[in-house]
Amino acid sequence: MTNEANKAIDANSITIDGETVPFDAGQTIMDAALAVKIYIPHLCHYPGLTPAGNCRLCMVEANGKSVAACVTQAQSGQQVSSNTPELNAARLSITQMLFVEGNHICPSCEKSGNCRLQAMGYYLGMLEEHFHQFNPRREIDASHSTVLLDRDRCILCDLCVRASRDVDKKNVFAIAGRGIHARLIVNTASGKLGDSNIEAKDLAAKICPVGAILIRERSFDSPVAERIYDRQSISDTAMTEHVPRKEDDRG
Amino acid sequence: MAERKLKIATTSLAGCFGCHMSFLDIDEKLMLLNDRIEFNRSPLTDIKQCSPSDIGLIEGGVCNADNVRVLREFRANCTILIAVGACAITGGVPAMRNYFDLRECLEEVYLNGTGVTNPQIPSDTELPLLLDKVYPVQEVVKIDYFLPGCPPSADAFLQLLVPQLDGQKPQLAADQLHYD
Amino acid sequence: MLVVMKNQSWPHSLIFDKQHLLHRLYTLQQQDRHISAETIVRVAGEFNLPVSQVASVVDFYSFFYRKPVGRYHMLLSNCTSCGYQAGKTDLLKMLCRSLNVDPGVTRADGLVSISETSCIGMCDHGASMLINGIPLVGLDETKVTRIAGLVEQQLTLCQWPQDWFQITRSIRQSGMLLNNTGSSGNSLTKALSAGPGRTLDMIEHSGLRGRGGAGFSAGKKWRLCREATGDAHYVVCNADEGEPGTFKDRVLLQCHAGALFEGMTICALVIGARKGYLYLRGEYRYLLAHLQEALELHYSNNLLGCSILGHAGFDFDIEIVVGAGAYICGEESALIESLEGKPGVPRIRPPFPVTHGYLGQPTAVNNVETFIAAAYIVTHGSDNFRMAGTEQSTGSKILSVSGDCRNPGIYEYAFGVSIQEILDDCGADNVQAVQIGGPAGTLVAHRDFRRRISFEGVSTGGSFLVFGENRDLLTVNQNFARFFAHESCGFCTPCRVGTRLMEGSLQKIVDGRAVAADIEEIKRLSSLIMRYSHCGLGHTAANHMLDSLRQFPGLFEKRIMQQAFSPQIDLEAALETARQITHRDDADAHLD
Ligand SMILES: Cc1cc2nc3c(=O)[nH]c(=O)nc-3n(C[C@H](O)[C@H](O)[C@H](O)COP(=O)(O)O)c2cc1C
Ligand code: SF4
Ligand code: SF4
Ligand code: SF4
Repeated sequence: MTNEANKAIDANSITIDGETVPFDAGQTIMDAALAVKIYIPHLCHYPGLTPAGNCRLCMVEANGKSVAACVTQAQSGQQVSSNTPELNAARLSITQMLFVEGNHICPSCEKSGNCRLQAMGYYLGMLEEHFHQFNPRREIDASHSTVLLDRDRCILCDLCVRASRDVDKKNVFAIAGRGIHARLIVNTASGKLGDSNIEAKDLAAKICPVGAILIRERSFDSPVAERIYDRQSISDTAMTEHVPRKEDDRG
Repeated sequence: MAERKLKIATTSLAGCFGCHMSFLDIDEKLMLLNDRIEFNRSPLTDIKQCSPSDIGLIEGGVCNADNVRVLREFRANCTILIAVGACAITGGVPAMRNYFDLRECLEEVYLNGTGVTNPQIPSDTELPLLLDKVYPVQEVVKIDYFLPGCPPSADAFLQLLVPQLDGQKPQLAADQLHYD
Repeated sequence: MLVVMKNQSWPHSLIFDKQHLLHRLYTLQQQDRHISAETIVRVAGEFNLPVSQVASVVDFYSFFYRKPVGRYHMLLSNCTSCGYQAGKTDLLKMLCRSLNVDPGVTRADGLVSISETSCIGMCDHGASMLINGIPLVGLDETKVTRIAGLVEQQLTLCQWPQDWFQITRSIRQSGMLLNNTGSSGNSLTKALSAGPGRTLDMIEHSGLRGRGGAGFSAGKKWRLCREATGDAHYVVCNADEGEPGTFKDRVLLQCHAGALFEGMTICALVIGARKGYLYLRGEYRYLLAHLQEALELHYSNNLLGCSILGHAGFDFDIEIVVGAGAYICGEESALIESLEGKPGVPRIRPPFPVTHGYLGQPTAVNNVETFIAAAYIVTHGSDNFRMAGTEQSTGSKILSVSGDCRNPGIYEYAFGVSIQEILDDCGADNVQAVQIGGPAGTLVAHRDFRRRISFEGVSTGGSFLVFGENRDLLTVNQNFARFFAHESCGFCTPCRVGTRLMEGSLQKIVDGRAVAADIEEIKRLSSLIMRYSHCGLGHTAANHMLDSLRQFPGLFEKRIMQQAFSPQIDLEAALETARQITHRDDADAHLD
């Protein structure tokens, strides 16, 4: 290859774990990775929504600096490492943190088998939760006829907030409170979901990675062994995720 | 060659015996194992005291003082101690009481609950005293291996035990890793 | 609108400027002693904001309450210098006992509530509290007993001994900035005659670096901001001063407000701003009247407002926004969020405030001291400024010295001063270590007291905490760990959860229940929090742990058990509730 050709590639590509990955201006490292089906673990990111960068599972080393891939712009020549033992160990710890700060009793959870937090645990080989359990006491909101909010399992990923605000255009949710007291709140005078205009068909009602927002009366509708993560890894399902595109709506 | 049989002790703390049932589910392979292992203290035998063993399997979390004593007895006697199942590893379903104060729980059950006759909180010294919360076993003693699942499948038990027969480290296959 | 309207040159639009959300909430809370769900809905209506935004703001800031606080609401600082545990007695416990009230719970008769709060910047005044927002200093056992009596008698604060509220400006050593009492308007006049370009050159040439902690070049920041395109440019002064042990901005606001406003105005001239904000930490609300007066004076002297000093087209206004108790709002992008009426969650950076700041527009955020230094530079020239300090750290640094020393207070030094020199000046003997830059900073042990204060040496935003040989440094670590857990904004996992875990791990060590593996675990946790968090709070939250472990390993080794494993929990304590409920005390009711 000529020097010029080399430069041309450099100008719009990065490497991820040694693999050359092209990108378009404005794309994040995550965008570039997903476009070529490289999986960088993530929970609070969902293509099509503005990235938030709160879960920190997508931490990578970019030119030696730890950055969140979902909110860091790809830059020509950037050398990114992601699938390293060290980063995966950190991701495992972060996943364990998410487990212990909430109340996750998978055997009694409707989301089990279809839960992305659980699937992250599987992907990272999590055998136990390692840290001391926080056992928080959080409110359940069963005031809505079709959508249930069980805050025990909320991982504060902000996906429902963004989905409701930016896609559904209803702005039903927000995160309130500081530090460990952070919690999901509902944008109504009563603070109850029943007084909101959320509907089961809304993206916000469906996007929750865990069993915190559930569509009622749909529990356990797929048998064990046929649920999403009985058959697939989160690294596979992540490749097909995208908020419904405008064209899909029309079609 | 007459190999020494691997001694295995098992117990169920705050659990439902589901993990034990699943263990027994290994069916005919249990017969194969039978040549290589023997059971020490276990609900499957009637041995009441754990003596030195190679492997201890703990089902269930730690909810009372008695659980702590049994768990310590196992730790003191077992070379390798394994937490088996969601309850042992995370507290599991019994840990749902952790969202309430112990006092609230007891008052609800023994004093204020529906259908309570002769309301009083039992305080007999024969009864194991409850801990304020249900704890995962690894918060109380050192655990060597974890076998998640509610319950872990029979195959998972095999994957855990068979390598150890030959002194190998067990490795759970990815498709056997589940929390429910 | 906070600034009293007097000057005719004020732009008309500002008169009708909506009150700031934080101020409206504060005012309503003053009436009801809390912010009710109804108030939230009402304010949301007034501001045309989602209810959830107002609710999330109320829940974010420590000084907004969802339940009524007492008519006497006391917030005791928990800083290592001005905290309720700074002396031998736990004054919080004592006060609560005397008034028969639990911390954080308002007494049934609504008379009194007592809580603790992060450092209130009274570190040179001994144990201190804010009572209904006003600092009451020099707490000790006698005072606590008397306070309890005065509260029970329901005497108003003006009937209390007034010397309790006396704040001395303990300036112990002055340098170029503190000595500078040049007539007001001097630096601005010079800047105006030099013009924005040459003024900027001067600031750049001076080598002035930010005094808030990070030390970014002020000239470079202003240039980037000046060159950034936008609908409007903004100047923001960071007077959040939340780093425990720092109180130099409080003194500067008290004594040098004029120079500060001039510095901000010079910045406005350089970057082309018409509007500036002073973000004052909620703990310093009592300075508001004084600052407004100083602002008014500037307006009446035409140092602010329209056509400043007769320069047609140079208009600049300054508004003060008062925070409500959140250390994270000192982080510049969180501060901007707060200015915009939102919870103080740090933004994703880049883009940086210089291009996308307040309302998405180019914004220069600087510390109080930075602006005052800028004003000095313009008056006295950059060469004069450069004469003090070191090559990479020009000028002077104002330190807030407190802790185990005879003369706590404000000390201004040329950069490059050694730690030992400062200790000698402040009357500190038998010092085992100094925490420089607050909990987020660096712990320097005795053997390193020759090290120097500068950006290339030991860097600090101003906090200088002295720990004498009798201090138990582990309790200091515990104090710091609690501080970060309390102040974490909760946005990202490693900091939100990790800082809480750190608190627990330290407790285990302090209780003497830990083993060597727990120390390894703390190191691992520290690195997780520091490497993978979103903002500077997380990035620095475990510095103090790693510093202590590195420099005082004996402190930890002394308390750990010589065994391979110990339970995560105190099992014997975990049986206590059940023992109480069942009234059992037999052998089986105990473990260990
Ligand atoms: C958690 C955190 C707290 C901060 N608190 C303050 C503060 O109280 N005052 C301050 O001037 N800078 C503070 N900073 C630094 C600001 O983000 C910013 O760098 C500074 O205001 C820039 O001004 P300077 O360059 O003049 O120092 C803090 C930073 C972080 C990460
Ligand atoms: S939300 Fe997911 S991880 Fe949590 S309990 Fe349910 S299945 Fe388990
Ligand atoms: S409810 Fe679900 S989607 Fe919403 S913040 Fe919590 S975990 Fe995320
Ligand atoms: S590091 Fe801490 S303070 Fe900073 S964004 Fe994360 S949670 Fe908030």
